[in-house]
Amino acid sequence: MNALSAAPAATTVAPIAVCDLGTRFGAQVVHEHLDLQVSRGEILGVVGGSGTGKSVLLRTIIGLRRPDAGTVRLLGADLHALPSPQRIAIERRIGVLFQDGALFSSLSVADNICVPLLEHTALSARDARRVATLKIALAGLPQDARDKYPSELSGGMRKRAALARALALDPEILFLDEPTSGLDPVTAAGFDHLLRTLRDALGLTVYMNTHDLDSLHAVCDRVAVLADRRVVVCADLATVARYDHPWVQEYFHGPRGRAANVAWATPTPENR
Amino acid sequence: MSSTDVPGRVDLLADGDGSITLRVSGAWTLAHFAAIEQQMQPARRTLGADFRLDLSALSALDTAGAGLLSLLLGPERLCAVIATLPDLVPERRALLGTVGGAVSDILAYTPPGSDGLGFVELLARLGRTSEAIWCQLRALLGFIGLVLETLARTMLHPRRWRITALVAQLEQTTLDALPIVALLSLMVGAVIAFLGATVLSTYGASVFTVDLVSFAFLREFGVLLAAILLAGRTASAFTAQLGAMKSHEEIDALRTIGLDPIEVLVLPRVLALILGLPMLTLISMLAGVLGGAIVCVTVIGIPPAMFLSLFHADTPLSYFWVGMSKAPVLAFLIGIIGCLEGFKVTGSAESVGERTTSSVVQAIFVVIMVDALAALFFMEMGW
Repeated sequence: MNALSAAPAATTVAPIAVCDLGTRFGAQVVHEHLDLQVSRGEILGVVGGSGTGKSVLLRTIIGLRRPDAGTVRLLGADLHALPSPQRIAIERRIGVLFQDGALFSSLSVADNICVPLLEHTALSARDARRVATLKIALAGLPQDARDKYPSELSGGMRKRAALARALALDPEILFLDEPTSGLDPVTAAGFDHLLRTLRDALGLTVYMNTHDLDSLHAVCDRVAVLADRRVVVCADLATVARYDHPWVQEYFHGPRGRAANVAWATPTPENR
Repeated sequence: MSSTDVPGRVDLLADGDGSITLRVSGAWTLAHFAAIEQQMQPARRTLGADFRLDLSALSALDTAGAGLLSLLLGPERLCAVIATLPDLVPERRALLGTVGGAVSDILAYTPPGSDGLGFVELLARLGRTSEAIWCQLRALLGFIGLVLETLARTMLHPRRWRITALVAQLEQTTLDALPIVALLSLMVGAVIAFLGATVLSTYGASVFTVDLVSFAFLREFGVLLAAILLAGRTASAFTAQLGAMKSHEEIDALRTIGLDPIEVLVLPRVLALILGLPMLTLISMLAGVLGGAIVCVTVIGIPPAMFLSLFHADTPLSYFWVGMSKAPVLAFLIGIIGCLEGFKVTGSAESVGERTTSSVVQAIFVVIMVDALAALFFMEMGW
């Protein structure tokens, strides 16, 4: 929210705006005429079959890959058109959680979180460590994890540690690539809950690649479906589930989709 | 300058009726972390139990600022106080509540005491290092035994000989190393001949440069140069290959399929080195003598035919065998060390780097040490 008041003009601009994007690897076309808008403060879940280019889209949006056609505007700016200092200023305002966490394996958890803090703020090493400790607690990690190395953590704890690092600079947009993949259902549900709490508390905009139907039900405000090289539909879950597209129907009304529907149609403390 | 750039501050205001208002204002953000903390110290010390919190002048708040605020008030009191503020925006209420919860988790945690520093720590470290060296030595001996045992077992079953892997390893470790070994030996041979020519010419004995080159290369330098290059080039490659496989659980996968990693991965590599290093040694000897010959012919003026006849007359065949006999032993040790270090990788990128360094250092150390011991032995035996 400090960012909201810091840049009042930016509130009118969509944090993420993808327009007519094309992506190809050699002769293989991954995206064609892809459009996507994410509004401030929402959690967008992006679903799609394997190989539909969800991760590539995420990498393109955060500027790791140059679009082959069309434009990507992140917080109102085209990253590839900006000179380096402005580009870094934009990159400071986003946080990314990579699929396997991508924690620096030679640094302890606390030191991992200190990396962006020391690089981009004037904090002393001691204060950076205290802020890192706060982020560790916010991400729901036990305090004795702070001096552990990534290889000593379980998959769920690694994701939380990576989330703490992604949140280090209080980003406006959080990008998550398959945050719950490889986690057991209990841990995954805990992660979903954490995400919703943090979104409410920090006013985050969240862009999430996922396969997890339960996550879609639990946290996503809108769902975008990637198929046929573009976003075929982007709306709230109920609308998307009714959308007439073979993959969408198979996804939401196959055995797993039905199970999740039933589970989330019954009110429980968690989904109310 | 917008209001969000004003560093946050906290003021204790005494009202007319004796009640105290804690007025929090400005930007409580990461950018002003140190300034805010310093400014809030007096208020933190003097703050009594009874006060009113005024957050209306707070222009910006992020997690770091919320963390400081909950340090100032104490997380429990913060949660209690924000519940009494009806006009607080929901986002800030959520942020303060969440951060307050996190801060109370942190305060409840007492870190485990660290070990004492100083002399005792130094002794402990010395002890740990000595123990690590002892364990390393035992592991190396154990691994040698394991490999020899597997080798003996596999020998009896020709169907389990992994010829393709062996040939592939031979190509990578030996054939690909030929040019560099030959070039380096040529240059070292030339340098030795130069040294010999310079020193021996003062005694009018520069013709003995031929003997110097042939002695040096056949007995020592041929095998030593090839082995050191192999230690640097191949031991590190083995460690990195096996280490990457270990961290991707490929070695565990091999075991579950019922394959013995020693038989599948280690034997072809070690055998390839045992076959390859003698070949490289031969090349190194030839190239080194050739380098010496070039210098003898061009600088000292010994005709090529004379060089050959001196070489033939003064160098017994046993020198060649003294040099060559060391090659398989050194090759075995280099291969074993490279593979063992690879198996010790634990998964992180740093560990691969550490193990690779360790494997090269150990391999070169062992090569030079064994060569020195062998030189003593052969000299004493008069071979």
